[in-house]
Amino acid sequence: MTDIAAPKTTVSVTVDGRTVEAKPGELLINACEHAGSFVPHFCYHPRMSSVGMCRQCIVEVDGPRGKALVVSCMTPVAEGQVVSTTSEPAKRAQEGVLELLLANHPLDCPVCDKGGECPLQDQAFSHGPGESRYVEEKRHYEKPIPISDLVFLDRERCILCDRCTRFASEVAGDPLITFTSRGNDTQIMTFPDEPFSSYFSGNTVQICPVGALTASPYRFKARPWDLEQVESTCTTCSVGCRTVVQSSRDELVRYQGVDIESVNWGWLCDRGRFNFESVNSKNRVNAPLVRKDGALVDATWSSALDAAGRILRTIINDKGPSAVAIIGGARGSNEDAFAWATLADLLGINARDAQLADGLPAEVFALPQATIAETCVSSTVILLAPDLKEELPVLYLRLRDAAEKRKTRIIEVSPRATGLTDYAWKSIRHDPGDQPRVVRELIAMPEVAAQLALGNVTVVVGRGNLAESPEFALLATGAVLHAVPEARVLPVVRRGNVRGAIAAGLTPRQADGDTNSILAAAAAGKVECLILLGADPVVDVPDADLVRRAFASVKHIIAVDTFVTESARHAEVLLPAAAYGEKVGTTTNCEGRVSDVAQKITTAGTARPDWMIAAELALELGVDLGYSSYTELHDAMTTTVAAFAPAAVAKAVRHEGVVVAHPAPVRITAAASSAAPRLTHHFRLLVSRVLYDRAVSTSESPSLAPLARDSGVHLHSSDAQRLAVREGSDVRVAANGSAIVLPVVIDDAVSRGVAFVPFNQHGSDIRQLIRHDVAVTDAVIEVV
Amino acid sequence: MSVPNGPRIITSRFDLADGHTYAGYVRTNGYQSLRKALGTMTPQQVHDEVKAAEIQGRGGAGFPAGVKWGFLAADVHPRYLVINGDESEPGTYKDRMLMELDPHQLIEGILLACYALNAAQAFLYVRGEMAVAQERLAQALNEAYANNIVGKNICGSNFSVDITLTAGAGAYIVGEETALIESIEGERGMPRLKPPFFPAVKGLYMQPTIVNNVETLANLPYIIGKGGGDFKALGAPTSTGMRMFAVSGHVNKPGVFEVPNGVTTFRMLFEAPEYCGGVRNGGDVKAFIPGGASAMWFFPEHLDLALDKPTVDKAGSMLGSGAIIVMDQSTDMVAACWRIVRFFARESCGKCTPCREGTTWLERVLKRMLDGHGRPEDIDLLFEVSESISPGLAWPPRQTTICPLGPSAVSPITSAVRRFRHEFEHYIEHGRPIDGVESPFVVPTASHR
Repeated sequence: MTDIAAPKTTVSVTVDGRTVEAKPGELLINACEHAGSFVPHFCYHPRMSSVGMCRQCIVEVDGPRGKALVVSCMTPVAEGQVVSTTSEPAKRAQEGVLELLLANHPLDCPVCDKGGECPLQDQAFSHGPGESRYVEEKRHYEKPIPISDLVFLDRERCILCDRCTRFASEVAGDPLITFTSRGNDTQIMTFPDEPFSSYFSGNTVQICPVGALTASPYRFKARPWDLEQVESTCTTCSVGCRTVVQSSRDELVRYQGVDIESVNWGWLCDRGRFNFESVNSKNRVNAPLVRKDGALVDATWSSALDAAGRILRTIINDKGPSAVAIIGGARGSNEDAFAWATLADLLGINARDAQLADGLPAEVFALPQATIAETCVSSTVILLAPDLKEELPVLYLRLRDAAEKRKTRIIEVSPRATGLTDYAWKSIRHDPGDQPRVVRELIAMPEVAAQLALGNVTVVVGRGNLAESPEFALLATGAVLHAVPEARVLPVVRRGNVRGAIAAGLTPRQADGDTNSILAAAAAGKVECLILLGADPVVDVPDADLVRRAFASVKHIIAVDTFVTESARHAEVLLPAAAYGEKVGTTTNCEGRVSDVAQKITTAGTARPDWMIAAELALELGVDLGYSSYTELHDAMTTTVAAFAPAAVAKAVRHEGVVVAHPAPVRITAAASSAAPRLTHHFRLLVSRVLYDRAVSTSESPSLAPLARDSGVHLHSSDAQRLAVREGSDVRVAANGSAIVLPVVIDDAVSRGVAFVPFNQHGSDIRQLIRHDVAVTDAVIEVV
Repeated sequence: MSVPNGPRIITSRFDLADGHTYAGYVRTNGYQSLRKALGTMTPQQVHDEVKAAEIQGRGGAGFPAGVKWGFLAADVHPRYLVINGDESEPGTYKDRMLMELDPHQLIEGILLACYALNAAQAFLYVRGEMAVAQERLAQALNEAYANNIVGKNICGSNFSVDITLTAGAGAYIVGEETALIESIEGERGMPRLKPPFFPAVKGLYMQPTIVNNVETLANLPYIIGKGGGDFKALGAPTSTGMRMFAVSGHVNKPGVFEVPNGVTTFRMLFEAPEYCGGVRNGGDVKAFIPGGASAMWFFPEHLDLALDKPTVDKAGSMLGSGAIIVMDQSTDMVAACWRIVRFFARESCGKCTPCREGTTWLERVLKRMLDGHGRPEDIDLLFEVSESISPGLAWPPRQTTICPLGPSAVSPITSAVRRFRHEFEHYIEHGRPIDGVESPFVVPTASHR
């Protein structure tokens, strides 16, 4: 026997005299970059398919048929290739293309937002011919024109690289911009009367290699060389996209997506990208407020802490710690939550909940877990979640990519068609409350069973309906885990750091310590003081009646917040909190990934990080949290909380971050049972979130606030016909002894017999009809 | 002048009043080759006859059709035949005649090709402007379906083919095969990159696809009827068969002529009474374009070259799609050059930078010269911009572009400037053409733009 060498799994390529090993099939432009030779380019983007349109990345390749100029973004590496990125022919071609690109470019760099960070400008200097010989008249267009509420297009600057259009169709699935006209008149345009209203439009601005696309929140705000920046993590939702936070003159001016492999691939949603405006809002609370003669008035920190301490001391002394409850904490960092949980431990407060009765039972985080990356390479993804395009937009991008470009098959079980329905292998409609039965029967179907038998199954579970008990989604998940025991779960909750806050200890320490129970106890007079940590139950808790009764009975409210929210309005003491970008910390996303959140600007007024407020209040109450700096706090957290142990090293939480340690997984043992079916003349309520609502970060961002829609009840066209109502007609929606009037929206995405009402929109409040102790909400709809 | 003789193969029904009808076609032995193939030949035998005929593709590149068919990815189905009827090279109008005057001959050719390729679906793509051709083909297809010539179980055999008629929307670039495929798919007519999108591997709807020209397929009934060897014997060994040439410009009788391939010379074509009957007004040829507007120009010294692919290739141009444009001594070469460059600038699809920006730049420089605002450095500039589109200004052209449209705008410039540099210099110096020439077209003045 002779030795057989292991087959070579790489390809050797020589670039400008240096030999590197490349992956088979890898593009030459990448191999060149790895070899340390930058190849100028405009249309090529590593996260999108190559189109070879700008022709800038021409290099010279010496192959079997002699030397040839090739476009390196379209040419795969081949064994023994000898590449020159700087040979005379290559340089001549690169200079030629650059001169042609600049021929019609207006060169208005001094007034262009991109000037200073512009790939065209930079590469014109590094790879261009130095001067232009073009003396003819340049192309002229009206400039700039709005193509959506947020984005402006300057067609004179555009070099037609196809990046924005490719992003829109290929990545976002919103092909709302395209090329029109031909030849030298080619331009990017929207379709007539159809704006580029994509939730992801800001990404086109970021990837535009010139200043053709600009976004209104940043236009003319700063010059790139004035910007300071720091890498951070977005906490708008629980995806936890990696960003850079940029400021100028101590004011946030822009967020840009950072490409990390495990989460966002460089993309952001527009809400996350542009809500920095809310940090800069004039309505921020700059100083502590204390109630005096019925009104909240400015106070010093010492008098405010004194007032808060007095309230807590009195109640704990008189009624014991069970008369105090903490709601919230998911908007802050892990460390913030840990500090407050420590304080609660020291004071004996067991009633605490980071979720506002709009999330999932904490036990989903203890099921066998999948990361986002693992989910996106699963053979099968079962979606038992809200519309991810609306709630966790970048996770939608990742799953869409998995279904479109990879082998993942999505099975969606939802009361309404969602953004992912078009990409799903199967999309099944069901009545709210009936998901467990539908899932059980679905996975028994031979075709589905065969698919699941391929293994590698992930269940994405979330709170799809705020007018329905989350138990049903949990039972449906249990049904899958029963049939496919090795399946894993990706829990998706909307709010940024729910998972971190729970891990840090802001989760009930007693059976009836969750937000609904706390509010019920407050309504019954058993809880006398509510501490609200960046929580606005008056707006967010689904059962509005419960909140109303609780707030009517509770004696004292201490709020820690960035704004005077609807709930904070009722506070006796309002302590101003540092906002995103104003404090350091770590955050935990839905998959349990811990990554750092950076401080870029000084806090508004005298606002402080939540953890510092906890520490000060502890001293006021005569207890000591044991740390006086962020570093000590972070160390205390990572040594105390086992889940956060991997985050102990500062380096671990940078860039890609690190996934929390998981306890031994629990199992769901309850049998999958559904709610009783609705009566035929009833509509079962589906209340879920859309991206733009009245949340503070949106409503305090001037660019985003107008994007929130008016409330309405969405009905299938056949149901509308049966009720004899038209689009826009007012109907009376009655359930659980309450009724509201809403305009009708005809929407065939909604299943028949289901009434969908987007949560937290302008107009009548659907929460009037929701009761926390009613598992599903059946409504009667009548013409007014 | 004596010219080589040959039969009229594919233009045989051009003089019949009903040559385009099913009845007229069948009366003149139509669909006999199809019946022969279905009855007595295997697909491989049909393929072998086409190979033996050595027929070069008549669309422009001149690649042997039988060899091209061999590139089709084996055993991958569905596979498609696409017929390129988007004839739009300036000066060429032979395919239009074939589609208008003998549509059934094309249909029979399509069916023979599908039989050889084992394809069950063909897409017949006809240029948007050719309304008559579209109607005649639609009518012919209806007749063919009605007579069980196209559709299920053709002529009682187990061979079935559907032919879909697709009309273009009027873009030159759609004559390029991958742009044509994009257009059939409903996308903008923009070329695809080769690699990886070689149609024979990843073509229409990402399936293996053969794209053939109308004239190429129209020859198949003859090749299968008489045999590939018979066809090959008609022309030169290097350019077999009969071939159609469309002559336009300054000749007495412009038109389409089917001539023995590879043996007839340009001079014969221009001067013989049975063909063009001489240059107009008894004049002399100043230049001629041998193979469509994208070809390099030829001059009087090339007149005795044979219409033979290797001969013309070697002389530094191409026969292309068989479109020959003759310019006599009265032609203003700067104006002629500009007019051709303008065509390509306007027809650039806009996808890649060198073509989109470069062709328009070239057009504007030339127009400026015609308007009397040329600068001495403009001649060098024309070459420099051309170099950015087609490095080396060589023939066959190299390209920085995705498809050959960009370099097509370079051919007239290098041809005209190298040969008639003094005419360009005269424009630059005096703002008008040399004495004794005039523009072959109306040149709009600057104020008209």
